[in-house]
Amino acid sequence: MSIILNHVNHIYEEDTAMAFPALTDINLEIPDGQFIGLIGHTGSGKSTLVQHLNGLLKPTSGEIYYNGADINEEGFNKKELRSKVGLVFQYPEHQLFEIDVFSDVCFGPKNLGLEKKEVELRAYTALKQVGIADEYFYQSPFDLSGGQKRRVAIAGVLAMKPEVLILDEPTAGLDPKGRDEILDQIAKLREETGMTVILVSHSMEDVAKYVDRIIVMNKSRVLFDDVPKEVFRHYKELEKVGLAAPQITYIMQELKAKGLNVDTDITTLEEAKEAILKALGKK
Amino acid sequence: MGIIKTKDLVFEYIRRDEEGNVEGITKAVDEVSLDIKQGDFVAILGHNGSGKSTLAKHINAILYPTEGTVWVDGMDTADDDKLWDIRQKAGMVFQNPDNQIIGQIVEEDVGFGPENLGVPTKEIWERVEESLRAVGMYEFRKHSPNKLSGGQKQRVSIAGVIAMHPKCIVLDEPTAMLDPNGRKEVIRAVRALNDVENITIVLITHYMEEIIYADKVFVMDEGKVAMEGTPRDIFSQVEKLKSLRLDVPQVTLLAHELRKSGLEIVDGILTKEELAQALGL
Repeated sequence: MSIILNHVNHIYEEDTAMAFPALTDINLEIPDGQFIGLIGHTGSGKSTLVQHLNGLLKPTSGEIYYNGADINEEGFNKKELRSKVGLVFQYPEHQLFEIDVFSDVCFGPKNLGLEKKEVELRAYTALKQVGIADEYFYQSPFDLSGGQKRRVAIAGVLAMKPEVLILDEPTAGLDPKGRDEILDQIAKLREETGMTVILVSHSMEDVAKYVDRIIVMNKSRVLFDDVPKEVFRHYKELEKVGLAAPQITYIMQELKAKGLNVDTDITTLEEAKEAILKALGKK
Repeated sequence: MGIIKTKDLVFEYIRRDEEGNVEGITKAVDEVSLDIKQGDFVAILGHNGSGKSTLAKHINAILYPTEGTVWVDGMDTADDDKLWDIRQKAGMVFQNPDNQIIGQIVEEDVGFGPENLGVPTKEIWERVEESLRAVGMYEFRKHSPNKLSGGQKQRVSIAGVIAMHPKCIVLDEPTAMLDPNGRKEVIRAVRALNDVENITIVLITHYMEEIIYADKVFVMDEGKVAMEGTPRDIFSQVEKLKSLRLDVPQVTLLAHELRKSGLEIVDGILTKEELAQALGL
């Protein structure tokens, strides 16, 4: 099963003088269980793209298929789609509103019309999945730290038991430890549940470390779609569109230029360490 | 006395329950004494909730000390009569560019500050021009701000502050919402203001790479200054920073890992060129 985008176009304010293409001829296939990084400079179309995946926006033309069914066809159950394709917006903690953490996470599944017991079980499981300890369950969400609030907000989406989880810059504004904690938990969760994860990110280091596939957006189009190593090989083109390679890649290029025999397509710290030790004859 | 000085600064939040009864008191800033010299580039690091933003908000009198004193260019921030002078001397730039821009056109937005100071019209336009040039946004002066990228918007916000002719700019995570290019543009503009205009910079950030050129780094934890020193002093202490929920630049971390694997490399490598040299290349 999968998500398929077939010649998807989206034009904001079509038929006006302000018409602006946000998506142009997008063709993608997203199979189950992939961990995808979606990158692109501000305004490249990333957010517009993810809002199409759960039917919040309709394409101006083209089709989107979820498990074989066209989601914009009449009679398609969009409510169900939105529980299957969970979208965590930027700064999701701004959407917390309940009197305590547990009720906040219950809100989504309760609206699915599930039994109370099932609702509570889901909320409990989701909070555990994001690493929120029991003692916080009955605190006001507003008394938590920034990183904790964000995890509670993610739990709210997980409690819907999505098959696809989309996170729009889940680590913006978090301290380095908070960043690692959230991404480690998401990676672990994906391993355990086999769900598809789409991570929208401005951090090339995070993307290089976690995902299997990178989709690069530029000016409403898909510029690259490949495994991280291949995508980052185009670092010169990435720089032209406001992006970059991970810092490690630039370090390796410097070392190579100075005469050390290392590959310049290395993207993670672990790989870099091994390659340098090997080149120096220490391994 | 430096441009910014704090002495035994304490700031307490009073937590209340739903009925308004006092539940407890949180010390967000706890006995902080700093002295920042005119023209310094100072970075403040610290995990979420460590007190760094609360500290920063004292520098332009958005918050007042519960105990202790803050002076900006010799003026006590608790002195109400000096409020506008203090805010003119110490400008502030926040995380979200969209919350800071009010003008319909870039040059109008930048002119808003000096206009409120009662600067004569001719001089306002001079200030707008020089400020936009200082951040490399002059060619966009006739544009609408909402058509700009995040990095460009932040540079307009910074220009709006410079047009007030401040001696000091406090930037609270100005790059948190930007893409890599936007981050680079903003940091480059900030460094240029420091180098060329000698404006004191206080930069709060979670991106370790942005502060390797700072003159001094303060690391906050639980409202106190937990570490202070040059970037090299601070980033030499990888394990300590990690225990404070922070990190070091990637090149520093790589050098540290290589050292742990037995290579003879000094700690506190800050650039890729230094690493190449340390490896004997």
